[in-house]
Amino acid sequence: MDQFWNTLQADWPLIIDKTLEHLYLSAVSVLIACLVAIPAGVLLTRFKRLANGVITVVSVIQTIPSLALFGFMIPLVGIGAKPAIIALTLYALLPIVQNTFVGISEVNPALTEAGVGMGMTRWQVLRMVQLPIARSVIMAGVRLVTVQTISMATIATYIAAGGLGDIITRGITMINTITIFEGAVPVSLLVILVNLLLLALNRALTPKGLRGQRKING
Amino acid sequence: MGEAAVEFRGVSKRYGTGYVFEELALTIPRARIVCIIGPSGCGKTTLLKLINRLIEPEAGEILVEGRPIGRQNPVELRRNIGYVIQQIGLFPHMTIEDNITVVPRLKGESRKRLDHRVDELLSLIGLAPDQFRKRYPHELSGGQQQRIGVARALAANPSIILMDEPFSALDPISRVQLQKELIKLNEQVKKTIVFVTHDIDEALKIADRIVLLKDGKLVQDDAPEDLLKRPANAFVREFLGTERFAANFEI
Ligand SMILES: Nc1ncnc2c1ncn2[C@@H]1O[C@H](COP(=O)(O)OP(=O)(O)O)[C@@H](O)[C@H]1O
Ligand SMILES: [Mg+2]
Repeated sequence: MDQFWNTLQADWPLIIDKTLEHLYLSAVSVLIACLVAIPAGVLLTRFKRLANGVITVVSVIQTIPSLALFGFMIPLVGIGAKPAIIALTLYALLPIVQNTFVGISEVNPALTEAGVGMGMTRWQVLRMVQLPIARSVIMAGVRLVTVQTISMATIATYIAAGGLGDIITRGITMINTITIFEGAVPVSLLVILVNLLLLALNRALTPKGLRGQRKING
Repeated sequence: MGEAAVEFRGVSKRYGTGYVFEELALTIPRARIVCIIGPSGCGKTTLLKLINRLIEPEAGEILVEGRPIGRQNPVELRRNIGYVIQQIGLFPHMTIEDNITVVPRLKGESRKRLDHRVDELLSLIGLAPDQFRKRYPHELSGGQQQRIGVARALAANPSIILMDEPFSALDPISRVQLQKELIKLNEQVKKTIVFVTHDIDEALKIADRIVLLKDGKLVQDDAPEDLLKRPANAFVREFLGTERFAANFEI
């Protein structure tokens, strides 16, 4: 036990450092994915015929094993944080595109018709009606992706992108359980905490009229 | 005051190959409740949506208060015409007061300055402002929701209001009550109300004028009592219900 505390004390600054690196990789990837995938999902609702094709193509990315995708990045962009962020972003696209598309498509057409009929522009229908109603579905996609990205960022260590994966792989190489724990526990905690945080955020943002009863008027 | 509220001049509309309207001519007078009635699929909804440009005609011209709408910005046009639909279409994520003030807010009025208007409208439709303004649509009954739908259409003070079978999804008791309220309301606010229905009893009860359509053709356009006294043909008589004529003759 003493050994555990001593190692932890010695490694503490490193753990903090690697956790921040890990958070950085994950946050930037999720953010870029949102910036690309939410508008893309919205756009697909305007061009429904394209939707199936685009979603199929994006879902192919999802089937590539993550280690292989990170590997593909090396000849294309080299090693480090940049290729890792690109790979993580690619993985994050599908759930957000899909949930945005489904969330907005599911908005009762009577509501959009009422909006247009009252003199909303398309942009106003999107901003005042469709996005607020689809928001919790979109956020569910973002939450899924965030959890997935934090987990997957652990592998980024193989292309020298840093993060808590560095500590875990070092522990595995040295067959040192304590070191493995020093990487594995923070990653797990990070996933759990961020998930709870996003759940709470979604609850706080959901207007009273949409809680419990999601659909009215048929 | 001279011109009509809405005028159709030789309006044709088709979907694919089939014409819904061919050279339709129709005049809707001001400040009256005008019922558009006819069997399902005869083009009532299409006619209504032509007025606020949710649907564009293939040929002909539609004038709203004397001005051809084809040359007007559709968004501006719609903000100046009230619109009530059968499915009610209240926004579930907005409070009642936010729902009611949508159109004035689209027109750039600030929410703060609309408090008074919300009170006024809620009182007009018989709902206590203090009790209802902060509620959400799902906390209201169907009849109350459709009253809010009517208040929302009135909020920006349009002179024309389009209603597409607004009461048909309601239970019979609320329906009768809302019909009465609509008549009373129109005595107070003096709007042109273009009211689509497939229910002849409803039309006879509330209309100042009834426009009867069949397969996109105008069959008869008359005051309710004239419709009963002088039905244009056998279809009208049948649509009104032959038993009504038996009763009429007895009087
Ligand atoms: N978007 C559309 N595409 C093709 N046909 C349509 C469309 N909308 C309506 N129609 C047809 O036009 C006719 C009139 O429809 P509608 O105006 O909705 O009738 P109503 O409201 O009187 O029931 C119907 O035969 C209907 O099937
Ligand atoms: Mg209809």
